[in-house]
Amino acid sequence: MSETSTVFPREAHWESDGTSRIPFLTYTSDELYKRELERFFYKNHWCYVGLEAEVPNPGDFKRTVVGERSVIMTRDAEGGISVVENVCAHRGMRFCRERHGNRKEFVCPYHQWSYTLKGDLQGVPFRRGVKQDGQVHGGMPADFKTSDHGLTKLKVATRGGVVFASFDPDVESLEDFLGPTILGYFDRLFNGRKLKILGYNRQRIPGNWKLMQENIKDPYHPGLLHTWFVTFGLWRADNKSQLRMDEKHRHAAMISTRGTAGKSDQVTQVSSFKESMQLNDPSFLDIVPEPWWGGPTAVMTTIFPSVILQQQVNSVSTRHIQPNGHGSFDFVWTHFGFEDDSDEMTQRRLRQANLFGPAGFVSADDGEVIEFSQQAFESKPFHRTLAELGGREVEDTEHMVTETLIRGMYRYWRDVMEAE
Amino acid sequence: MSTNINFEDWLALTQLYADYASAVDSGNWDLWPEFFTEQCVYRLQPRENHERGFPLATLSFTSKGMLKDRVYGIKETLFHDPYYQRHIVGAPVVRSIEAGSFKCEANYAVFRTKLSETSTVFNVGRYIDTVARTPDGLKFASRECIYDSEMIPNSIIYPI
Repeated sequence: MSETSTVFPREAHWESDGTSRIPFLTYTSDELYKRELERFFYKNHWCYVGLEAEVPNPGDFKRTVVGERSVIMTRDAEGGISVVENVCAHRGMRFCRERHGNRKEFVCPYHQWSYTLKGDLQGVPFRRGVKQDGQVHGGMPADFKTSDHGLTKLKVATRGGVVFASFDPDVESLEDFLGPTILGYFDRLFNGRKLKILGYNRQRIPGNWKLMQENIKDPYHPGLLHTWFVTFGLWRADNKSQLRMDEKHRHAAMISTRGTAGKSDQVTQVSSFKESMQLNDPSFLDIVPEPWWGGPTAVMTTIFPSVILQQQVNSVSTRHIQPNGHGSFDFVWTHFGFEDDSDEMTQRRLRQANLFGPAGFVSADDGEVIEFSQQAFESKPFHRTLAELGGREVEDTEHMVTETLIRGMYRYWRDVMEAE
Repeated sequence: MSTNINFEDWLALTQLYADYASAVDSGNWDLWPEFFTEQCVYRLQPRENHERGFPLATLSFTSKGMLKDRVYGIKETLFHDPYYQRHIVGAPVVRSIEAGSFKCEANYAVFRTKLSETSTVFNVGRYIDTVARTPDGLKFASRECIYDSEMIPNSIIYPI
């Protein structure tokens, strides 16, 4: 490609109406990033906030984010889940500092305005002034109504123990948002069983948030970058697989069934395949099929824009994308199990968790490649990536030798971002 | 159970801690598993999980074989940016002495230096250890690295 004379263009230049060549500028522009927050995280979309099992009892809360905005998920006395923004209605302070806990109410320490767990303002000190020498000093204006000054309340949807929230009161239902195909894969994992939290991993990845969505819409890399996947047959190009999207192509599921490990003429001619590799301790891969899988051994679901649902054999987790600026995001993993898991199954899920997370045998290098992609994007923003494996179209497939899901996500991205 | 330790044991214990730090900073990863007993525990766990009673660890190994598999991963299978690491480990606090083993803790800080970059604080926490007497000297029967660091700066590849 010929070098352009403008290294720092103002506008992203798409080479065609398609989405197989993605301008580096989409990862480096603050202006586009703010529009993404506006249009994907704060309007028209449901964002992941957590699991109901994280707030099992009345008064329990968890602080998290929607986009860059701090929010609190609470369980109220009646057992309902609320999500409120962590910004005091008075002077705007981000008042909730603990990340989890149990409270009867929220009190902003600055001037002790107090709120119910649902976000209604209930107490304003000196609201009616202070009596001194027979006179009333100060106080709020007579027309001040506490009902006008609650915390910002988000719309909440729960399904299968998973909690989503939206700042947009007009957002469609969660079910319509996911669409029937993706909803099917969602319900396969969250089929009504109570969840058991196993714990968290937190990493800060110096790359644009979309790169993590793309990483899990890219079935090309796992059998190449990840030695464990190709060598042990967990995920590779000759596995039986399907790629599925919602009708807007924003969400996706990569569905794969573990094939035979070992050599195969086409897919193991790669440097990451280690024919002689044997584990000193094979219990890392003590895989036991579970009835709810219904066949596939791995389903990776990307729910745009905020979360990835992981099932890789017995290891299940949510991975929450929390953007902070165009070039960085926090990636929070919540590993869980199910209430009816035996102790052996819990131990198995924990052992297989060694493959995932910021130090995982498989996942650690995903964060690395994202960081190094971002480095290049920053220095060469006029250029573009190439996502043309399997063609230039957007379509569901019965194989994984394609980058169609990335093209699909950018089809949607362009439709939303380029609209007036 | 007591916490009185004789000079010879103290010397051996502090030597173990110093040797471990030296080994994991050396780049010779094969040294690392040899600090452990065959049936050992090595865990790298966020303080949050530790204190809230969540069992998940960032890494959780339960045999010397798993440590060797990790070494193979570092050397052969995990693509990563090369970096140096440097451990600063405090003197161990001996919590208890039992027949054949010590329970100890020590603070640690690990700095990371990537090529062409400045050095940064990488991972900070404390070790919670069970040290066993063996015919080959003192070995870790269990080493839990409970880290305060709320965010892992992208990834952790080498042993803490």
